[in-house]
Amino acid sequence: MAKALGKERRQYVVFQIDQQEFGVDIHKVSIIEKYMNITRVPTTPAYIKGVVNLRGEIIPVMDLRIKFGLPSKEPDDDTRIIMLKFNDIALGVIVDSVAEVVDFTEEELESVTSITNDRTLDYVVGIGRIGQRLITVLNIEKLITELTERE
Amino acid sequence: MDMNQYLDIFVEESREHLQSLNSSLLELEKDPADKGVLNEIFRVAHTLKGMSGTMGFTRMQRLTHHMEDVLDALRNDRISANSDMVDILFKCLDALENYVNTIVSTGDEGNEENKGIVDALADILKKGGLPTKSAKSSGRKAKSKPSDEKESKEVEVAQAEAEAAAGSEIGLVELNQYDINVIRKALEAGMNVFQIHVEFDKGCLLKSARAFIVFQILEKNSEIIKSVPKVEDIEDEKFDFEFTVVVVTSNDQELFEREINSVAEIAGVHILPVTAEMIGVSAEEIQETAEKTGGASRPEAEGVAAQTAQETIKKAQKAGKTVRVDIDRLDVLMNLVSELIIIKNGLDNQINAKDSNAWSESIEYLERVTTNLHDAVMKVRMVPVEAVFNRFPRMIRDIARELDKDIELKMSGEETELDRTVIDEIGDPLIHILRNSADHGIETREERKRLNKPPVGSIYLRAYQDGNNVVIEVEDDGRGIDVGKVRKKILEKGLETPDIVETLSEKEVIDYLFKPNFSTADKITDLSGRGVGLDVVKTKIEALGGTVEVETRMGYGSKFIIRLPLTLAIIQALLVKIGSEKYALPLSSIREIDNIKFSDVKMVRNREVIMLRDMVIPLVRLNEVLEVKDAIPDEKKKYLTVVIVKKGDKLSAFSVDSLIGQQEIVIKSLGKIMQGIKCIAGATILGDGNVALIVDSNSIAV
Repeated sequence: MAKALGKERRQYVVFQIDQQEFGVDIHKVSIIEKYMNITRVPTTPAYIKGVVNLRGEIIPVMDLRIKFGLPSKEPDDDTRIIMLKFNDIALGVIVDSVAEVVDFTEEELESVTSITNDRTLDYVVGIGRIGQRLITVLNIEKLITELTERE
Repeated sequence: MDMNQYLDIFVEESREHLQSLNSSLLELEKDPADKGVLNEIFRVAHTLKGMSGTMGFTRMQRLTHHMEDVLDALRNDRISANSDMVDILFKCLDALENYVNTIVSTGDEGNEENKGIVDALADILKKGGLPTKSAKSSGRKAKSKPSDEKESKEVEVAQAEAEAAAGSEIGLVELNQYDINVIRKALEAGMNVFQIHVEFDKGCLLKSARAFIVFQILEKNSEIIKSVPKVEDIEDEKFDFEFTVVVVTSNDQELFEREINSVAEIAGVHILPVTAEMIGVSAEEIQETAEKTGGASRPEAEGVAAQTAQETIKKAQKAGKTVRVDIDRLDVLMNLVSELIIIKNGLDNQINAKDSNAWSESIEYLERVTTNLHDAVMKVRMVPVEAVFNRFPRMIRDIARELDKDIELKMSGEETELDRTVIDEIGDPLIHILRNSADHGIETREERKRLNKPPVGSIYLRAYQDGNNVVIEVEDDGRGIDVGKVRKKILEKGLETPDIVETLSEKEVIDYLFKPNFSTADKITDLSGRGVGLDVVKTKIEALGGTVEVETRMGYGSKFIIRLPLTLAIIQALLVKIGSEKYALPLSSIREIDNIKFSDVKMVRNREVIMLRDMVIPLVRLNEVLEVKDAIPDEKKKYLTVVIVKKGDKLSAFSVDSLIGQQEIVIKSLGKIMQGIKCIAGATILGDGNVALIVDSNSIAV
């Protein structure tokens, strides 16, 4: 891991979707759950899989594969739903698997201009490197705020 | 003294008192000679004054004091009540209400002095042949009625504390953080702060009058930030022969010594300059800030107090939402909870016994208790509609005066209870409808005379319970809705083509009144006709899960009927299955459930309908509306199961695959991300932990 250079280190939860590795700010993760029964909600975009019951609270769940235009995949034992929270708005995201927690300083995150050309680009804060691995850090604020402004 | 903990109670009680003043004043206007009402008004006003004084809301207290002067004159027949005077008194109440509202949102009463109202009140007294009061009449209050005991007790306590504080004679009076802040700011701004201790001759007769003169001098030359005892107590002669004040001023010590000593019957004046050290702030600190602020010039310091006040406002607690609960209802809750504990213990014992009979008995018992518990909790949330209704008589009176019409509001069923959340929301729509009735419905005096109608127009406001709904009706005996005019308007606005307008039924035409930007008012008055109106009413009521309808008869008046669900959080629902998905339909909107032969499904004007006992009911395929992919196709069914749903007086048939049964469900919100989905009203959690969506039958029905 890179050495601290005076800058504040932030922790990120790393997960996989379709062989790619992504990260989200750990402060915005409330809990990580195994895949559970999702109730479909009519007249919503395809990437909204539906809602789940998380201890009495109804939480919408998004399929990041559909959102990012990746091929869909049946849930298996590794599938997880990461429950995110921003501005008191909760959102679950379905991911293939959750790997670990890593930390980066802000400086270590390379900005993305031409690295990727897919739909994820809009939601990327930067790319972190761990050896050969590239971890795309997602902009959760944008992901959630955008959903609430859809109407 | 920290009063924050009493703030909620103060706000609640002030509102109650103001409400009672409102209704009493209305009665007084009807019968100005009624001494009972007058005494009641006086008593309540006095209590209010005492309360605000105790809480340190001096502006509010001052205003009530002036009001009380007028009321006292009324009571003693020195002046007599008329509508104009009642108008001013009402304005006074409004101003007081504003104070309370400001207190709720900021924790402080604000800076509004309401000079105009005070002058108007003084005018009343003047016109009544009375000199405006200078020194406050005393004695009267001390001799007041027994009901004031509580208040005077509070004052006594305050006084006792004040005396204790003043006991240290030359030492500094007890200052709270707020006072210290003000003083600090003043010192930073280079102002002088003095503690002035005034002693009267022991033989002084009119000591409050003397004190008044001293206060006038002080107020002219400085700003009084603290008085021990309180100014009000001094006014009421509730002090010994001395008092202490802390003032902020740009003048010097000599001026005060000279001026105060010029007042007769003063035994002594001790002036103590208050320094930074005395209030626990180091002089350097002040020096520093003074330099930083560039040594705020003196005139500016006037605003210093206001500024610090503002800062404390932010810190002040805000008053929360409360429900007053009948103690009996809490007892019921308590009992139910203890029963739950008993059941739990019973179940504990049975775990090893393996007696399945006793087990299911316990479960049944548990079910009974949880149902009762739910009922009891819901009842705690219930508030009589009176809470909303009681402000309407006043409102109608004001509107009637403004429009120069004679209108009487007749209310019934005020005791009908509704959920607190509904009560909070229903006020605005009702105000709107009532204004509509008063403005558009009720005719002018001349018109009514010409039409041989009773000269006084009536508006009826009724509330009653009807099954699981509460119905609120607003009916007037005015001119009714001119359906022809509405038709014309629909054409004018180009909402429909002429041939369609022709075919519209009266009911359908009236429905257009609830469309946005649809106003038929010929002239725009202050009250209504500005194009924002009934559509907002409708949206609001529907958001509460209710419906609104209108019945009208030209020349005889119109009636708005609002139906609201009794409770919001928990409802009876029918669970149905469509494909592999489960949905809940609110039972309150379901009329019946039928199995229909496919031969009874017909096409009318390209729409599917069903024939049921001579009725033609439009068919809604729920699987299509809800985009269910694995619904059972018709070919595989022997008959079509339909749930007949009513919306207003129209019926729709919803097709479903199968019925699961009736169940009590807890409504959960879908949250911010999912809000605004047309066909879904919410979600609920089923026994197996899965989520089922609640179908919004109102928006799906045709």
